[in-house]
Amino acid sequence: MSLLSLIKEISPQLLEGTLVTLQLTGFAISLGFVIGMFLALGRLYGRGPVRKFCIGYIEFFRGTPLLVQLFIVYYGLPRYGIKVPSIVAALLGLGLNSAAYQAEYFRGAIQSIDEGQMMAARALGMKKLQAILNILIPQALRIVIPSWSNELIYTLKYSSVAYIIGAPELMAQAKFIAAENFRYFEVFLVVAFIYLVIVSLLSWILRIIENRVRIPGLQTS
Amino acid sequence: MTSIFPLLRGTITTLELTILLLAIGLAIGIFLALGQVYGPLPVVAVINIYERFFRSIPALVLLFLFFFGSSYFGLSLSPFLSAVLALGFRSSAYQSQIFRGAIQSIDEGQMMAARALGMKGFQAIKCIILPQAIRLAIPPWSNEYSSVLKDTSLAYAVGVVELVREGRYIIVRTFEPMLVYITIALVYFVLTYAGNKLLAFLEKKLAVPGYELKLKEAKSTKYER
Amino acid sequence: MSDKTIILKIEDIHKSYGKEKVLKGISFSVKEGETKVIIGPSGTGKSTLLRCINGLTKPDKGHVWLDGVEITNSNVNLDRVRQSIGMVFQNFNLFTHLTALDNVRIGLVKVKKLPRDVATEKAIAMLKKVGLEKKAHLYPAQLSGGQQQRVSIARALAMDPKLILFDEPTSALDPELIGEVLYVMKNLAESGMTMVVVSHEMGFARSVCDEIIFLDKGVVVEQGPPDVLFNHPRNKRTREFLCKISELYGESGER
Ligand SMILES: Nc1ncnc2c1ncn2[C@@H]1O[C@H](COP(=O)(O)OP(=O)(O)OP(=O)(O)O)[C@@H](O)[C@H]1O
Ligand SMILES: [Mg+2]
Repeated sequence: MSLLSLIKEISPQLLEGTLVTLQLTGFAISLGFVIGMFLALGRLYGRGPVRKFCIGYIEFFRGTPLLVQLFIVYYGLPRYGIKVPSIVAALLGLGLNSAAYQAEYFRGAIQSIDEGQMMAARALGMKKLQAILNILIPQALRIVIPSWSNELIYTLKYSSVAYIIGAPELMAQAKFIAAENFRYFEVFLVVAFIYLVIVSLLSWILRIIENRVRIPGLQTS
Repeated sequence: MTSIFPLLRGTITTLELTILLLAIGLAIGIFLALGQVYGPLPVVAVINIYERFFRSIPALVLLFLFFFGSSYFGLSLSPFLSAVLALGFRSSAYQSQIFRGAIQSIDEGQMMAARALGMKGFQAIKCIILPQAIRLAIPPWSNEYSSVLKDTSLAYAVGVVELVREGRYIIVRTFEPMLVYITIALVYFVLTYAGNKLLAFLEKKLAVPGYELKLKEAKSTKYER
Repeated sequence: MSDKTIILKIEDIHKSYGKEKVLKGISFSVKEGETKVIIGPSGTGKSTLLRCINGLTKPDKGHVWLDGVEITNSNVNLDRVRQSIGMVFQNFNLFTHLTALDNVRIGLVKVKKLPRDVATEKAIAMLKKVGLEKKAHLYPAQLSGGQQQRVSIARALAMDPKLILFDEPTSALDPELIGEVLYVMKNLAESGMTMVVVSHEMGFARSVCDEIIFLDKGVVVEQGPPDVLFNHPRNKRTREFLCKISELYGESGER
């Protein structure tokens, strides 16, 4: 069987896996976004224990492999009565992991904003929380776009690790196909190509967005 | 208690993997960076494609490609070796970017002054450009160390008996997944921390007096993944 | 005058970047022990000219002879040639990772392949010449601008060059640091070093230089001894330019 006919035969199944991969990535990055924002604010403005917790969380998730985190969620938690299907475990693990990285990006962005912005907001009579929500965060979100784009692509690539705990994404489908036709190398070559295309496409789209939302005259290095 | 020994053995394998693939990535990466900065256009284009390939494809897919590819082409590399190669080449693509950035951030007057003294191109690179570039590259390189260390856990998937797989074997005997995985997580955490501390020490030791400011600037981008 | 040998001779140098013609046929020669000062507005190609002389930039057309040997010949080893042409840059370009001593020593060790102890001795002697032997173990970032430029002069001097090119050596310096660098350069000129200096320090030009070359829009507009050129410039463009720089730099003569 030629490579071409092989591709034709396996593409429906791979497409299905690709869709799962994209969904998994989308949900995980969103979960990471919400938790990451709270972690960043907690680390920057939180008091004692809140701040300590945020730092501990971020350092733990950044200092340990995603695979181990997924194993903890999928194999470790059932002991304590929390048993979830592999796809949910994958989503949780990826999201919690990405949250730690996104938190650091948000923190960096917020810290890079000139102190004068906060001062001017307070001088207008805003409360600290109001100033953070209305002045700092909108600016930080624009600044964070390049690193956030990067994080999205990372999450997409690392969603492949979810295969190891059995989530039915692209890698899992590939392994499934290959176990039947024994053409491991060719199948993974096709998978590599799919990732290459998606990642290139995604970077291209993100770059366009980056250019669109740039505030005229404001240099964000 | 009988679980300590396999975990230690796994840790050593993980470290071996990390060091070997970082070394491969370093050797190729510096070479690629020099090619990108000083090479002719076709060389730059080829290196760009190489980088794009290894940076766009997930580590796990690369591991499978190298593992199954080696037997496809009749080489039959061991899981360990194919992991070292797959992740090593991948790291070279990331390290190339690190060193390219460092080289490009060096003032071009340095090269001009070196050539004006009569140095040959490669002498100038060796004696003037690289010593400065390597100093600038330490903070981002320390980041690469952390990523690579964690990514070695993916070698589990092609059957390398590293830390995570040793852990799996223990769990099969003890039925203590949480305890074992938390322990493993802590091992990685300590290795990451210790490695970064070591590199920070190296950075300080190599720092050029009077130049601390420039280094601080480089550090501020450290949280990039 | 005429019994002195010609160290540097350049003839009809042309250089373009893309469509922009930067140098359009420059010729002059420098005799042993002479100091020539090149002046001219920003962007006329003074730096480009100096880089064409030591081969850091390849001229499109024209010839350069150093000590009677044509160095624009394609079979000449430029690395060898550059050993005998020193260069001092506007922004010093000291190697940032090396101490003052190592900056002076590195050319001797790596290029001239001198034994380390010989090189060290010589490097220290050169630093002494520019009055910086006490700063030998400091790094560039720990030195003032004037000190850095003096080290870079020592670095060029150490190679025993037949000729030193200076590209606006004082224009990146704070006013109070210019004097120490000019002092070193003046001593060099008086000790018989052959020098081509791009500089708008008129005091320096008046006191030590043999000829001033006024470059504008890629050609030599006028050249001559300083008192002639300063006092009786023939060309209108020369007059206007001299007026402008005397406003900028003052006519104070000695600093
Ligand atoms: N490497 C280069 N590539 C393209 N253009 C160049 C390059 N080097 C110089 N130029 C151009 O050549 C012209 C002359 O530059 P050059 O630096 O020689 O002028 P200059 O007389 O030394 O000016 P200044 O007094 O500002 O130092 C400028 O217009 C510059 O833009
Ligand atoms: Mg210039």
